[in-house]
Amino acid sequence: MTLHTQPVVVNIGPHHPSTHGVFRMRLTFDGENIVDVEPVVGYLHRGTEKLAEERHYTQVITLTDRLDYVASMTNNEAYVLSCERLVGLEAPERGKYLRVIAAELQRIVSHLIGTGFFLQDLGAFATPLMYCMRERERILDLFEMLCGARITVSYMRIGGVFQDAPDEFWPALRKLLDELPRYIDELEGLITTNEIVLARTKGVSPVTPEQAINGSWTGPVLRSTGVDWDLRKAAPYDAYDKVAFDVVVGENGDNYDRYLVRIREIRESIRIVEQCVKQIEPGPVRATTAMLFKPPPGEAYVPVEAPKGELGFYLVSDGSIKPYRCHIRAPSFINLSLLREMMVGWKMSDAIVSLGSLDFNMGEVDR
Amino acid sequence: MYGSGMMKGFGVTIRNLFRKPVTVQYPEEKVRQSSRFRGQEFSWFEDRCTGCASCAKYCPLGIIRIVTSPSDRHKQDGADFNIDVFDIDQARCMYCGLCVEACPYDALHMGTNFEGAQLRRQDLVITVDVLRKRAKHPSTWYRPQLERQDFDPYKQEADMQTVAREPYYWHPKRPAMLPESARKEATADGEYK
Repeated sequence: MTLHTQPVVVNIGPHHPSTHGVFRMRLTFDGENIVDVEPVVGYLHRGTEKLAEERHYTQVITLTDRLDYVASMTNNEAYVLSCERLVGLEAPERGKYLRVIAAELQRIVSHLIGTGFFLQDLGAFATPLMYCMRERERILDLFEMLCGARITVSYMRIGGVFQDAPDEFWPALRKLLDELPRYIDELEGLITTNEIVLARTKGVSPVTPEQAINGSWTGPVLRSTGVDWDLRKAAPYDAYDKVAFDVVVGENGDNYDRYLVRIREIRESIRIVEQCVKQIEPGPVRATTAMLFKPPPGEAYVPVEAPKGELGFYLVSDGSIKPYRCHIRAPSFINLSLLREMMVGWKMSDAIVSLGSLDFNMGEVDR
Repeated sequence: MYGSGMMKGFGVTIRNLFRKPVTVQYPEEKVRQSSRFRGQEFSWFEDRCTGCASCAKYCPLGIIRIVTSPSDRHKQDGADFNIDVFDIDQARCMYCGLCVEACPYDALHMGTNFEGAQLRRQDLVITVDVLRKRAKHPSTWYRPQLERQDFDPYKQEADMQTVAREPYYWHPKRPAMLPESARKEATADGEYK
């Protein structure tokens, strides 16, 4: 008697609208081995690009908060930089430094969330995630001082930031910068040398630099494969040309390296914020722009190094008060392009971990 | 040695066991928001509002509705309008604060509260009567003049003279309208000379 077998198709997701749950994978299994993977996206589509076409340039800033909702500051930054390029405007020095401080704090937040949910996907339920969340809350408190909101910040404006930091912000930031490295050490003590984490992640789903470049990967996931590419160094915007930092590069491009690059980037971000606090000088924070921003016809694209990769807003202006077209190059979406290369040939449990190590955000994938 | 990494992890857990918890038991005790917090109890000063509807035009969602009608007040100085309808639909508000940024007369301010749950959807619409009666605890978001006064919205109540960049009076011909505390000239940035 012969036993007939056939591959089994399993849907993973969509589960929950806030984690990477609304991402759906159609995995084809042969036993427990993955034969094929097909991503299905679009459950969180809100039509941001189309909505941007019927709003003033300033109003679109509120939409960018909702793209990658764990990294709103960098979204704001990417958008206002493109707007400024449209008219050849530049923010005042203090405004630039405030933007860099906000963006780097946001990078710490995003990487903490990425690490926390990566461990959640590994099965370390809640405890390490809560340690990450605890540190994140401290940074969100700073954002609340800065701009009155914790997640949907809308902090940056075309030509700078909307308002200078309040007086109580600087001592609070100092305190955070003094205490955060110790907490990151603790977090690393929990994870980096843990045997279970090593066994589950080291050498799993490796991606070669060639594959990563062909798949248009950017951000920490690209750097984990050993490619030295960081837009903060390659095309400095805002005040990044005035601060010294190292581009963190991984070696093997496996799940473990993707985690390690993130945790080291947190340390570099702390370094950048330290330098900004030292270098920042009093002055105006916002260049004078009209309430209704009206750029001349033209187009602009300024990519920034968002926590997840290269984020850019391609804006086409027809000379009116609204953008004619606003295309968003979302890193989370493009970083999903190598899913098949990462997962085929590995087991089901590895697929979940690989997905977590990509640290993508559905708000940005579906836009 | 195999297992040393895990022992290190247990060390971190044990250290956290003896730390003070950061969790706040919410309904019983509350965390104080910062004074720039963009909360839901909008403060609106009717005497400052001219009904220009800048806030309505600048709202990304178009949730502010203003209806005005001419009034008999201050006819010799020009127009003065009654604000008949000033609806803010908080069910759709995302508290971006662009209406407050757009207000040229510092009449509308973000509020402080965040507990805005209602049983019916129509209760979420703030009407002009609610805005008139409400205690004024404006947030200092986009109001540097309040920050310069060290205004604390959780303790103080703002009055219509101190809340804005410029002191309020209708016409230079009628200095009697101008209270003693406000007889200062102010620049556009809110700096008093």
